[in-house]
Order: sequence, then C-alpha cells, then structure tokens
Amino acid sequence: MMYSHVGPEPVDVSAVIDLVRAPGNGGIATFIGTVRDRADGSAVVGLEYTAYVEMARRELRKIVFEAAGIGSDADVAAVHRIGQLVVGEVSVVIAAGHAHRAPAFGACRYIIEEIKRRVPIWKMEHYASGDSEWVVPSGVITEAVAAAPTDAPTDAPTATPVTATTGGG
Amino acid sequence: MDITVRLFASYADVLGSSHATLTVSDPVTVAGLRAALSAMSPRLAPRPLIAVNEEYADDDQFISSGDEVAVIPPVSGG
Repeated sequence: MMYSHVGPEPVDVSAVIDLVRAPGNGGIATFIGTVRDRADGSAVVGLEYTAYVEMARRELRKIVFEAAGIGSDADVAAVHRIGQLVVGEVSVVIAAGHAHRAPAFGACRYIIEEIKRRVPIWKMEHYASGDSEWVVPSGVITEAVAAAPTDAPTDAPTATPVTATTGGG
Repeated sequence: MDITVRLFASYADVLGSSHATLTVSDPVTVAGLRAALSAMSPRLAPRPLIAVNEEYADDDQFISSGDEVAVIPPVSGG
C-alpha cells in the first residue's frame, strides 16, 4: 500500500494509520506533526501552510514510493495539510507498516526528512504580537551570508532574517 | 522571449503577485532565468530553486517557452 495526499482537509490520524494495517504488518511506525505554540521564544498562535500543490503532490508521491523500497516493501501512507492551522492541530501524518519494526521506523523517518527537504510547501508563522513571518529552515545559508568575507563584522546585515524551523515536526 | 513564472511564499509577497513575466534571451537556462529574477527586487531571497514542469531543474537546463516554470524558495513543510 502506498498513499499520499496534500490538501486543506483536516487530517484523520486513525484513518491514515489504518491504511497501513495488514495481517503481515507486525509493526506500524507513525509520525504526527502538530502546530507548536512557540518559535525562537516568540508565542505562536497559528501557522499558514501554502504549497505548489501539483508539484507537492507529485514530490510526496515520489517520496512515498522511495520509502516503500527503503523499508523493504513497507506499506506507507503520508498526508500533509495546507491552509490555516491553529496551535495543536495536525499538519502531517506519516504511517509505515512492516513485518518488523526497523524497516517501519526507517520508512517513516525517511518520509518526514524528505518532506522537509524537498516538498514545495511553505509555512508562515502568525505570532501573538500580530506579526507574521515566512519560516526559513535552519541550515539554509542565504547568498548574502555565504558571500560575506570571512573577516566581515559579525553584525553585518544579511538579506533575509533567518529563523529556526518550527512547528509541525 | 517572455517566460511566465509561478511565485510562492516570500517571492509572491515581495513581488505582490502569484506570477511574474520575465523577458529573457532565447535560449535561456535555469541560471539565466534566476539572474533575471534576482534583478527584479533586492528584497528577494537569493538563489531559489527553479522547477520546470513540476520537477527541480539543474542550473544548465534550458527552458522552453511552453514550460511551466516555478520559483521555489527554501521549503519549510512538515
């Protein structure tokens, strides 16, 4: 079983897990991402996920296919929600079922890591202060930073504010 | 030639639209398109990925007038 979806509908966690239940699957690994109430010390009231929907669906479908192979023919299902979410709501659910736990964990982990690396979905954080900001994932070096000479003062301005990856796993 | 690109997230905000049309040399590569894009505003996040027909494209890939082209700033799903 391979299933993937990107859409605005609230995610039914149990339904996603049920997709990978099978008599031969002695282990099911799951990852559930939810909206966290803080980011870098700022109170967060909600997130807005926007996507290049057609490509996001295509990319997630590829990731799920790859994960099924990595997991030695694991059954895998992954759903990512988009739109406006409030604190505590589920943004992503991944379930991987296999006869044994190691391939199930491996497939589940692979899917969430690859989602964060390459599925064209972006989140904007809405803060309690009323401000909002697009999240720039941690580890992303902007060209302005990368091009700065090594002896540049540490307070040199950069083109883009960098915030840590937050919320939703 | 004119290439219309789809914009998302910070790019759509900075340029105030979900699309932008760039006039570029023909033929043009992904790297050439990116250079034309960055000239549009100093406030655009540098070096976004470019997708052609819903697939990530390499810098030296050529873009044809009928291709669906999208600008992909660093993703933050999950």
